[in-house]
Amino acid sequence: MNMRSKGTSTKFRLNGEDKAAPLVSGMRLSELLREQLGQRDVKIGCDAGDCGACTILIDGAPVCACLTPAHQAAGREVQTVQGLHAGDPVAAKLTQSFLNHGAAQCGICTPGMFVSAVALLRDVPEPSEAQVQDALGGVLCRCTGYRKIIDAVMGAPAVAFVSSGQVGDAIQHLDGAEKLFAQTKYGDDVAPMGCIEVLVVRSPYPRAAFEIGDLEGFAKSAGLEAVLTAADVEGENTFGVIPGFEDQPVFAEREARFRGEAVAALVGNRQTLRGIDPASLPITWSERPAAQDIEFAQSDAAAELHNGRDKNVMCGGFVTCGDPEVALARASVIVEGRFQSGFVEHGYIEPEAGFAKLVNGRVEVHACTQAPVMDLEGLERVLGLDRFRIRIVPTAVGGGFGSKLDMSVQPYLALAALKTGKPVRICYTRTESMQSSTKRHPSDIVLRIGAEKDGKICGFDFRGNFDTGAYASWGPTVANRVPVHASGPYRIADYIAESKGIHTNNPPAGAFRGFGVPQSAIAQESLFDELADKLGVDALEFRITNALENGIPTVCGQVFAQGVGIKACLEALRPAWAEERAAVEAFNATNATLKCGVGVAGGWYGCGNTSLANPSTIKSGIRADGTVVLHQGAMDIGQGANTVITQVFATTLGVPVETIERIGADTDVTPDAGKTSASRQTFVSGNAARLSGNALRAAILERMNIAESATLEIGKGEIRATDAAGARVLDLSALDPDAEGYVLRAEESYDPPTKPLDKNGQGYPYAQFGYAAHLAVVEVDTALGTIKPIKFVAAHDVGQAINPMLVEGQIHGGIAQGLGMALMEEYIPGRTENLHDYLIPTIGDIPRIETIIIEETDAHGPYGAKGLGEHVLIPTAPALLNAIKHATGVRLHNVPAIPSAVHAAMKEGKRNE
Amino acid sequence: MVHSQPIELDAALTILGSSEPQVVAGGTDVYPAMQPGLEPAAFLDVTRIQGFSEVRQTEFGTRFGAAVTWTDVAKAELPQAFDALKQAAREVGSLQIQNAGTIAGNICNASPAADGVPALLALNAEVEIASKARGRRSVPLGHFIKGVRRTALEQDELVTAVFVPKMPTGMRSAFEKLGSRRYLVISIAMTAANILLDDRGRIAEARISVGSCSAIAQRLSALEADLVGQKPTAIKITADHLAALTPIDDVRGTGAYRRAAAEEQIQRAITRAIEI
Repeated sequence: MNMRSKGTSTKFRLNGEDKAAPLVSGMRLSELLREQLGQRDVKIGCDAGDCGACTILIDGAPVCACLTPAHQAAGREVQTVQGLHAGDPVAAKLTQSFLNHGAAQCGICTPGMFVSAVALLRDVPEPSEAQVQDALGGVLCRCTGYRKIIDAVMGAPAVAFVSSGQVGDAIQHLDGAEKLFAQTKYGDDVAPMGCIEVLVVRSPYPRAAFEIGDLEGFAKSAGLEAVLTAADVEGENTFGVIPGFEDQPVFAEREARFRGEAVAALVGNRQTLRGIDPASLPITWSERPAAQDIEFAQSDAAAELHNGRDKNVMCGGFVTCGDPEVALARASVIVEGRFQSGFVEHGYIEPEAGFAKLVNGRVEVHACTQAPVMDLEGLERVLGLDRFRIRIVPTAVGGGFGSKLDMSVQPYLALAALKTGKPVRICYTRTESMQSSTKRHPSDIVLRIGAEKDGKICGFDFRGNFDTGAYASWGPTVANRVPVHASGPYRIADYIAESKGIHTNNPPAGAFRGFGVPQSAIAQESLFDELADKLGVDALEFRITNALENGIPTVCGQVFAQGVGIKACLEALRPAWAEERAAVEAFNATNATLKCGVGVAGGWYGCGNTSLANPSTIKSGIRADGTVVLHQGAMDIGQGANTVITQVFATTLGVPVETIERIGADTDVTPDAGKTSASRQTFVSGNAARLSGNALRAAILERMNIAESATLEIGKGEIRATDAAGARVLDLSALDPDAEGYVLRAEESYDPPTKPLDKNGQGYPYAQFGYAAHLAVVEVDTALGTIKPIKFVAAHDVGQAINPMLVEGQIHGGIAQGLGMALMEEYIPGRTENLHDYLIPTIGDIPRIETIIIEETDAHGPYGAKGLGEHVLIPTAPALLNAIKHATGVRLHNVPAIPSAVHAAMKEGKRNE
Repeated sequence: MVHSQPIELDAALTILGSSEPQVVAGGTDVYPAMQPGLEPAAFLDVTRIQGFSEVRQTEFGTRFGAAVTWTDVAKAELPQAFDALKQAAREVGSLQIQNAGTIAGNICNASPAADGVPALLALNAEVEIASKARGRRSVPLGHFIKGVRRTALEQDELVTAVFVPKMPTGMRSAFEKLGSRRYLVISIAMTAANILLDDRGRIAEARISVGSCSAIAQRLSALEADLVGQKPTAIKITADHLAALTPIDDVRGTGAYRRAAAEEQIQRAITRAIEI
């Protein structure tokens, strides 16, 4: 018999080397690899086999390390992604292919994808698409939409090319190689092994009063280092992202307002914390009646979540122009409908995680975030510390999509480090990440739209209520943005749109790619199809007829003299629209159960904050040795800011990208490039990078007294500048370096020009909009109600594609999230708090995507560029719903359109025929 | 915590007879179910017990060792009657799960949505069980699973194999799975059909089982009886045929939908089973 117990060791081969690791019985292999052998290239996304990020090979076969008992490794050959890179020709080729397709965005799923793909390619060197999908079906990716991963594994011709990386060049991600080699450190990868940890204690009820008993005594007997409660919060026990709406406590006091809310935290060693059953803690809970939907929350029966927010209304937004009532009375046809959607989870594969330590009396927080300076300001508030005593050093971010704009782990880390004086670490479990992080707002929208016989919109009346959950988070932004965007990118002279954010005992709804606009677009674009139907006109032509144009006011009265690209996007879909509709007609004529349909939808998105200051600052410098340094503070959460901002800067300065050394966000050394949200980084930080590059170049030219058109070569301790008059050389070692070692430097800011909205929402909310139109083809199994997307054609106006490969990557990823929202995703507190009950699309769910990049240059954007992070998602869900209507004749008003719901709607539709 | 990984069955049974370890094989259900502070005191790993990873065919039938993985099932050379089982094997979670998860683990976990169970029911599978005190016994799978997360296994017993008696020559099968996405998805409804045709092309024997539509996957015996003698292309399914199903409403779908989906799946599985 082969009997082992605690203290013995497991011998196995790890990445070609013999290892003997001490073994705790029952330990997961992922834990052994990461925490005892330092193999942090094995990523943990769910600890349940649902995401595949931790995929490794055991004797060549892919398995989830998180589900493998560590002792099973005994005598076997274990390979992690880093092991595969050591001398495996299949891996070497695949690495280049991943880079040449931009198949790694945030990079957190890349190790799992890569390991799975190598296993496939060893068996099947030239796999089919279906074989790739079967092999990679167990690894979830939330960024890429999978298509570039499929291309990379199938060895499709490279998209990226080698160049100096000027604006417009599809170069590889500048941080791509480190992601492929799994050297990038995410939130849970930075803490030293053996570091003490923080475990947050959370409410098991949506609403409950609670009393904390002798937690200190419990901690003592359990061998913990410390406990944290509201009493430990020296500053304000509230945080938030919108001034005036800081209403979320670090630790709830007396009453918890949502399931998963933090009430205390335990600090201790990893094994001790893992051994604690939360139910055994001395906390007494008294569940209270909870408001879990917005109708009840607004009723007299519901308790007020926050003093002064009557009927639980947090705030609202309003835009009107013309006379919508009169216009609707005049309209030849009117359509109306009520549309609803649920909570959507961001579903990044990296749970919130980080590390903190005290350095010379200052607290340093290393965590995944989209907004380092906002984290600093938030900590300043809750810690009651001077901001100079706080340093935020963001780790790499394994996906964010809006949720990592809010503080999550940061206060717990900082408080624990300050209380214990020791370095501390935290990583949320998947379930606590899902319970406690912000969500997309559920929506309940009633919309009426009229049109004239000639197909022109005539009156638009939109009322939208949004479930903002227990705390404000970005709810006010959603309330503001929706009325500005609910018209879609169309010419609507008579318009009213009103929104309200309602508090409930649900998780806080916050920022999620689109800030409420994807929800409002579902209502508006669905009803546009109904209008076109009623008028008997083509749905695409109807949109083109009504498309916004240069010189035509938006519903806010904003007039753009240039850069309005929606018409170009819609017109670009004409050939595919004709072709796909003909193909569908032919298909449907010969198929009874399967029915195909084609749908189209448009969208727009205002880049940057709504009528608010929104600056980015970019610093750059040249060291005496000739190194050009770019302080790139725009958080790269997978969207590619590290590459795009550098391309803009390099182009302006006039040097190749590979000569530039990047220093990332760090509140001690890199200026604030603002938050990564609202499709603002390419536009706003891109402009700051352009200005910084310009200023640095101007300083060089001035010092060298040479023509503006001069070409520069910077390096080896000198700058060589060549113009028509010949070459000159500046010896950098002769210049005095400043405190940071720069002999030349520039620091420039950009803030987009906007104007406030008046009481009717009239003004200039954004300096630029991005525009989009999607065409979706679906196949509906009418007997089962299943929807199979067959193809997308996506036209996006990005002004100027700084890097077309990255633009495509954003489009694919946005479509995948829009598809998830439309067809499968709904977060239900207490029901879908993991990644097997909450479903996001897998590699088998995303069809072929044709992208059409429209470049209607923008006067404000760097080199004409516009943001695109959000409009990549906005048209997807309505395009799918319109395609389903085309296929089945049934108009769906709720998402997600899960098979059961589609089936029921078709039955209902038949009954009403 | 201790763990043991015996090579001999007898050793495993001795441990089971004297303590209450968590039996683990692929770990694909054990780890996700683990709660902080409530970890088992000991683990009994059965993956290296002799014979546990073998698929063996004899004149009496096919014996799947308890720790045979779903990848092993999918790759095994088996008669056409096992096609539904092999198709189901490819639908269990993902490739990673199929490489680790085992046939006995799937039935012992006793999930109403266990992908392997309908096909095994349609194969008249029997569960072979051993204990130190009482020796060996064999239980039909339909009696082995007692309810949601409940089986006939006593604390000191171990599933040693899943045995499928010899199938009628010419029997074919197919498996249908329905989920809200392509991979890694818990079934909304699933159906396995094993069909034997007579020489006139009519159904001579039918075994139909449906999962995710009741606490325990069900064989539809009334339907099976009525199918005999029918043309497989023109079968009629009545409400009575589905009476054994008690589908519930949950986040994945309504009970009414599950019932309708199962009916459709039965038609499709039969059609696919007899396709050449």
